[in-house]
Amino acid sequence: MSRILGWLAALGLAAGMIMAFGVAPREVTQGNVQRIMYLHVPTVLVAYLAFAVVFVASIAYLWRRDPAADRLAHASAEVGVLFTGLTIAAGAIWGKPTWGTWWTWDARLTSVAILFVMYLGYLLLRGMIEDGERAARYSAVVGIVAALDIPLVHFSVYWWRTLHQPPSMLKPGPASMPEGILAALLVNVAAFALLYAYFVAKRVIVLRREEEVLA
Amino acid sequence: MTYAQRAFIVLWKDVVTERRSKATLNALLFFSLMLLFLFQFTLGGDRERLVSALPGLLWLGFVLSGLVGLGRTFLLERENDCWDGLLLTPGDKSAIYLGKVAGNLLLMLVVEVILLALFALFFNVDVARALPALSLVLPLGTVGFAAVGTLFAVMTAHVRAREVLFPVLLLPVEVPVLLASVKATEAALAGEPLSAVAPWLQLLVAADVVYLVAGVLTFDALLEG
Amino acid sequence: MRGLRKAFGRHLVLDGVDLDVGHGEAVALLGANGAGKTTLLRVAATLVRPTSGRVLVGGADGGRDPEAARRHLGFLGHGTWLYEDLTAYENLRFWATLGGRPASASALRAALAAVELERWGDERVRQFSAGMKRRVSIARLLIAQPRVLLLDEPFTGLDQRSAKWLEEHLQAFKSAGGAVLMSTHSFGRGFGVADRAAILAGGRIAADVAVASLGSEGVRRLYEVTVEDGP
Repeated sequence: MSRILGWLAALGLAAGMIMAFGVAPREVTQGNVQRIMYLHVPTVLVAYLAFAVVFVASIAYLWRRDPAADRLAHASAEVGVLFTGLTIAAGAIWGKPTWGTWWTWDARLTSVAILFVMYLGYLLLRGMIEDGERAARYSAVVGIVAALDIPLVHFSVYWWRTLHQPPSMLKPGPASMPEGILAALLVNVAAFALLYAYFVAKRVIVLRREEEVLA
Repeated sequence: MTYAQRAFIVLWKDVVTERRSKATLNALLFFSLMLLFLFQFTLGGDRERLVSALPGLLWLGFVLSGLVGLGRTFLLERENDCWDGLLLTPGDKSAIYLGKVAGNLLLMLVVEVILLALFALFFNVDVARALPALSLVLPLGTVGFAAVGTLFAVMTAHVRAREVLFPVLLLPVEVPVLLASVKATEAALAGEPLSAVAPWLQLLVAADVVYLVAGVLTFDALLEG
Repeated sequence: MRGLRKAFGRHLVLDGVDLDVGHGEAVALLGANGAGKTTLLRVAATLVRPTSGRVLVGGADGGRDPEAARRHLGFLGHGTWLYEDLTAYENLRFWATLGGRPASASALRAALAAVELERWGDERVRQFSAGMKRRVSIARLLIAQPRVLLLDEPFTGLDQRSAKWLEEHLQAFKSAGGAVLMSTHSFGRGFGVADRAAILAGGRIAADVAVASLGSEGVRRLYEVTVEDGP
């Protein structure tokens, strides 16, 4: 199963690269640097997907106490943190040539950074508890609270930035995107989603083997 | 009515214990005083700058002392295996959670009021006209901290590196509450009507509700051995 | 209990425990230090989830429905469940109310009187001796009127009078239909209450005999032999 996912992901990524570098048109104002959006946007969207999965799996675990749900939550959180980190890194790489700075406290970057730290905390908690069952329960609660917090973080950070500064012109792409860009974006989103699924599948297998060995 | 009685008895127990041992409250008050001096020394003697940063400094003070107080919430229960006793009480254990939240809320509010008074005194700020507004904003924000803080404190009570883990877990989650509270406090201190910051207050209320409900629903799962 | 297993990580403490305690019966649980007596009691009390196997307390499955099981049982472990800065009276009031049975002041005073601590009711527990603290714990235990008592070495640290009092009370508890499972180290104090003796060795009940048939001396010899031999 995971092998199929792996191949699909590889195909998807290849297609995505082609779309991003070959097919999609060069963006008018920012030049080629803008192409990093084909990494940055998919990774953040998939990160949200990952954390949504953590949320659902955490609830499922607390309800059913099924270790499989816990493994899924664990794996998804790990991959989610990875993708969030990629998002921030890509954002920084884009930011330097575009705005002249590695980091700004713009609403979206800040939200994502908070997300990153929240789920890093989730993983840290897991790492600090030896008892597997307790680690599962505790992290499930954190997973749920963190996910519930996401909309609150969004609104608060967005209001915090926009009520004090004029709306930034830092958003990638205008409201109506040229077709080529949109298509490339969608392909890459799909590709990264497949990559996420592949990573999670692999991770879950490893986690299950770990548990079997320790038992 | 037993649920309310049970929540109340937990609150009562914590208040009586605290009043007699004075362990936490004294430490927090001293800590707040130290913070005051820290702010003064690190931010320089520029009174204008301090006063303009006042809302942020206040909440910085509240959060830092809150971290100390909240992290200790369940340490008392670990003595004499009282934790076992809490776990074995029949019935809905979320009553214990709410009792604990209430206790923490009370403790934090006391420290906040004192810190506010100290700030007003030491930095010569007139907070009198802001008091009605602040008496709404402070509790709303503090509930947000107490609700999640109490929940996370259960977990960190069992972990060795709890002094590090607790803030790492709590602070990112509390960003919305912190932002909203500071903004609302800013408005209050500037003499603006609270309606000017209605969205922030609504956010606070929403956050408080979400956190309390999440806490009530998940506390049971955390309490288990 | 049926086929009870409990492992902590790789360490298998209980390995297939089968034990029954009936109404009006008291079973003394014997075993060497570290044999797993405390673990067994804690699993029975639903404080710890078994790795596999079942525990039924008063008909309720401790693993699947711990709440129902908890309603019937009273547990006395090594910790006293006392808040040091509260008085004995306040401690009792706290546990009674939290347990969902808020008791009147007179009922609480009566409970203190039953453990002969009525004069100390308004003193902070911090000042009590270990034996007195134990007695407050026992009062806390009994106020809740459980049907099953799970006691971990209840007679340890009790002076002569308190031990005698506890014995009498356990007898009364049995006569009223209660079930008692208690771990014990000594064959003297408290052993008189036991109807049966179960010896925990090698993670399972190695021997389960009626005390009346062997007498406490006989049980002691059986214990030494069983524990000596090992699994």
